[in-house]
Amino acid sequence: MFDYRALGLKVGIEIHQRLNTHKLFCNCPSLLKEEEPPLWFKRRLRVSRSELGLIDPAAKFEQLRDREFLYGVYPDTICEVELDECPPLPINEEALTTSIEVALMLKMSVIDEIHVMRKIVIDGSNTTGFQRTALVAVGNENSYIETTYGPVRIKTLCLEEESAFIVESTPLKAKYKLDRLGIPLVEIATEPDIWHPEQAKEAALRLGRLLRATGKVMRGIGTIRQDLNISISKGARQEVKGVQELNAIPEIINREIQRQISLLEIMKELKARGLSDDAFNGRILEVTDLLREVSTGFVKRAISRGERAYGVLLPSMKGILAKEIQPGRRFGTELSDYAKVFGGVGGIIHSDEAHSYGFEEDLIAKILKELGGGSEDAFVLVLSSEKVAKLALNAVLERARLALREIPTETRKPLPDGNTSFSRPLPGSERMYPETDIPPINSKAIVEKVSQALPEYPEDTIARLIDTYGISQELAELLFDSWRFKLFEEIASNYPKISPSFIATTLTSTLTALKREGIPIEKLEDRTFIEIFAYLNEGRLAKEAIPEVLAELALDKTVSLEEIVSERYMTMEQLDKIIDAKIAELQREISERGERAYGMLMGRVMAEVRGRIDGAVVSKRVKKKLSEFLQKTQK
Amino acid sequence: MPLSYRGCARELLQVKGIEDYDLIRIIRRDGVELSGILIPRAKLEDDKHIVLKLRNGYNVGISIESISEIELLSKRGEIRKEKGKITHEIPVGKLPRVPLIVTGGTITSKVDYATGAVKPYERPEELLDLIPEISEIANLSYIPLMSIFSENMTAQQWIRIAKEVEKEINSGSEGVIIAHGTDTMHFTAAALSFLLEGLFKPVILVGAQRSIDRPSTDAVLNLFSAVKMAVEGPIAESMIVMHGSPSDDYAYAIRGVRARKMHTSRRDAFLSINEPPLAKITRKSIEIINKSYNKKRKDGEVKATEKMQDRVALIYSWPGISPDFLDFIVEKGYFGLILAGTGLGHVPTVLIPKIRELTKDGIPVVMTSQCLFGRTNLNVYETGRLLLDAGVIPVGDMLPEVALVKLMYVMGKTSDIDEIKRMMGENLRGEISKFLSITVFPPGRGF
Ligand SMILES: [Zn+2]
Repeated sequence: MFDYRALGLKVGIEIHQRLNTHKLFCNCPSLLKEEEPPLWFKRRLRVSRSELGLIDPAAKFEQLRDREFLYGVYPDTICEVELDECPPLPINEEALTTSIEVALMLKMSVIDEIHVMRKIVIDGSNTTGFQRTALVAVGNENSYIETTYGPVRIKTLCLEEESAFIVESTPLKAKYKLDRLGIPLVEIATEPDIWHPEQAKEAALRLGRLLRATGKVMRGIGTIRQDLNISISKGARQEVKGVQELNAIPEIINREIQRQISLLEIMKELKARGLSDDAFNGRILEVTDLLREVSTGFVKRAISRGERAYGVLLPSMKGILAKEIQPGRRFGTELSDYAKVFGGVGGIIHSDEAHSYGFEEDLIAKILKELGGGSEDAFVLVLSSEKVAKLALNAVLERARLALREIPTETRKPLPDGNTSFSRPLPGSERMYPETDIPPINSKAIVEKVSQALPEYPEDTIARLIDTYGISQELAELLFDSWRFKLFEEIASNYPKISPSFIATTLTSTLTALKREGIPIEKLEDRTFIEIFAYLNEGRLAKEAIPEVLAELALDKTVSLEEIVSERYMTMEQLDKIIDAKIAELQREISERGERAYGMLMGRVMAEVRGRIDGAVVSKRVKKKLSEFLQKTQK
Repeated sequence: MPLSYRGCARELLQVKGIEDYDLIRIIRRDGVELSGILIPRAKLEDDKHIVLKLRNGYNVGISIESISEIELLSKRGEIRKEKGKITHEIPVGKLPRVPLIVTGGTITSKVDYATGAVKPYERPEELLDLIPEISEIANLSYIPLMSIFSENMTAQQWIRIAKEVEKEINSGSEGVIIAHGTDTMHFTAAALSFLLEGLFKPVILVGAQRSIDRPSTDAVLNLFSAVKMAVEGPIAESMIVMHGSPSDDYAYAIRGVRARKMHTSRRDAFLSINEPPLAKITRKSIEIINKSYNKKRKDGEVKATEKMQDRVALIYSWPGISPDFLDFIVEKGYFGLILAGTGLGHVPTVLIPKIRELTKDGIPVVMTSQCLFGRTNLNVYETGRLLLDAGVIPVGDMLPEVALVKLMYVMGKTSDIDEIKRMMGENLRGEISKFLSITVFPPGRGF
């Protein structure tokens, strides 16, 4: 792929992990809801204009949008705190303790007196307009994680509140649900020590495991996410926010490198074409009349809907917009992102691809001419109202102008294939001020308490599982990563007769297979597993039946294990009855062959009980019954 | 810059010549190096920690026991200059003049992100920079009259505000806005109702339940609505204009003698008790809800009463309150008493002889109800009749706090007990209803 050292790749990761406890500054449960909120509130956010200009271009950008925010509320699980209708309650001590636990496991220095801060965020994702966050610990020379590509130093650990869940967003309005707002998040940031894409994945995996070792983190989709800060020495820092799949990390980094290299090439090409900053002074003009001859469906429909076409000229940029910068994404796609985000348009039409929308060559030439350009130039069109067009095309023009000078630092959103798309400019330095409603917290007592009983390190747990239960390294890691190692230990130590590898396999690959079939395995509770293995231990359930039983229990919450087993699986009494009946049937053969009649008897019994009880149990029972019978008859 | 630290922390810092807001570096015993701005420390906090604002924006408190080295890097070196250009120009056009009298409260303060300190605005431009819409409808001027928390207001300050309002209105202002802390805003609103005789322009109290340093502040809607009501509304009374719901949708104008803060923190904490709000104000319109009000006039003269009797007490009765509790009235030299009784206006009968003594001594005793909603009625039960017989003054549905303020006002005018009785029982500013609509309770419904 790339020579990462030569490129000067630098990656830092930030891990955000939700904690499994009530919310950080109120007593509401951290409960996500699926149904539509029954109540909605409308708010606006405001910071003064003089502050915007200088400090935070990202904030300015939000402000420019003059947006209205709608907040959905579930009155039974969301209180005044989430709605910013009352001051926060004292910090959730369980969450703070867990974050300190993680900090100490990473050998970090815990801050003696922790101050909760307000970090200004005015995209509406916090009802307050700020996110409450506290720096809990900082790294020291011992705070690093090992990877096969070298150590990665830990920079900071913060405890903060989760933002609201976005339902819908347009330039004029955004809708959020408040169920997620305020869930405690531990944020661990590394130094940009990562120089290889695989190293980033490894570091994320190790940090994730460490968090899980506390046993106090949430599980499931979205409960842990990574932000990647990526740069190469000639490029610019980009923040890819909200990567959920660890396996996606290396590809995202590789594709970002590719994007930056391509953008640098474009810069060189534009300079070679003699372009300068002031060339990008094109005006936004209406070209609706020219487009009336286009037969393409969406263009026709838009115009007949009353929308109009506006265009802007990008001088000397012919061919540049079609240049691929990531697999399947062109420079035109970058421009389109800006138009979408700033103007809220559905997309753009640009001259490098206009022919694929049914624009004839002479129409393209006419549009270029109308916009004051010629055959060496490019254009971008949008179909919208005038107001929207201005927002969208000015953003396009600004992005095109930047291409000449620099790679803009951006916050980007991961796409499923490993590409990223623009989501907003990277905020300037954070605007933070103290959360005056929460007094500073002295961490001394918690640090003393926590250091006396730190959780076991993941690698120690894995080694212990291998040692104690004789399972393979792979199974032990799978168990750890699947969160079920504590459950495994409970079952394995309760039922020493059951093979630990079998228990481990059931709790890992069996469940994974069921999940792949679409079985909602997350509905299964720990006690269900314990019960199942108890039944197995008593011989009331066959090994082979376990996947089916698990599936049934996951799909139907109303049915109990007892019901399933008694309906469809054998009890020992039932088995004994069948064996007795078969012995009676085969009395003559048994008397003739004695012990050698076992095979035949076993075959007859199994024909009747197969799948309802473990073969090994049947075999033992048949042997016992047979010898009892023989003893009795021989007497 | 001074040094706000005390005790051990102070010693440590002083030796190095370090003062608040200096850029310093601290090396901890565990080798960790932290540099940042020294943040002042509140008096209530201990002297065992030093607080730095790190470059990443976070504040951290460092235990002085963990410090191995401390060093001054620069004097005030790192404070980012936050001062942007104020883009707002105050138009000197034909827009109506509306002064904003500042009494305190968080509605007129801003935060300094570098230090976290909240400071009051010094110029109206700064406020208009946050709420530029205002300058499209009014010519806002700025009168920093005082800077106090509203819980520290006294009758003397109500009079000061009234005099300032008098001056402004008589010199041609279209209306007056008063920025005020919300805790006692309804006391001040009631006081201004009584103090301002012959009022012919709107006087509007406005505040914020979420301070203005927060992006979610309710001050934007509240202030804009207040100015809109002052300029475009037809009502010439002392009013409170604040949020009408938890949304940033509309505000209500509530008559000063009917307003009460009914929630500790919500945006829509102020309710109009026993009558509908006067008006609903949105960004685009003013909808009059209650048609009975004092009309705005072009010309007139308002006169601020300059005297109040502030040795008046308000007592919230409780089951088991003992008569000797009332001894302080005479002992401490109080001249009047408001009782917030239970239900229709009752107190335990054991108090009645003591109340009779007070009224005989010429101390007016006024009965209101803790229920707030509905009228007192002392004719229904025997206790009520005994209270009347003991000389208690019934005041219908007047709110306890309004009765308190009104008694101060009335006793500032006269010490004749019969005249006091007459004035307390008379509706002067809409504080006593003739008509109680079934729709005003429970509040927030029916209009
Ligand atoms: Zn809550």
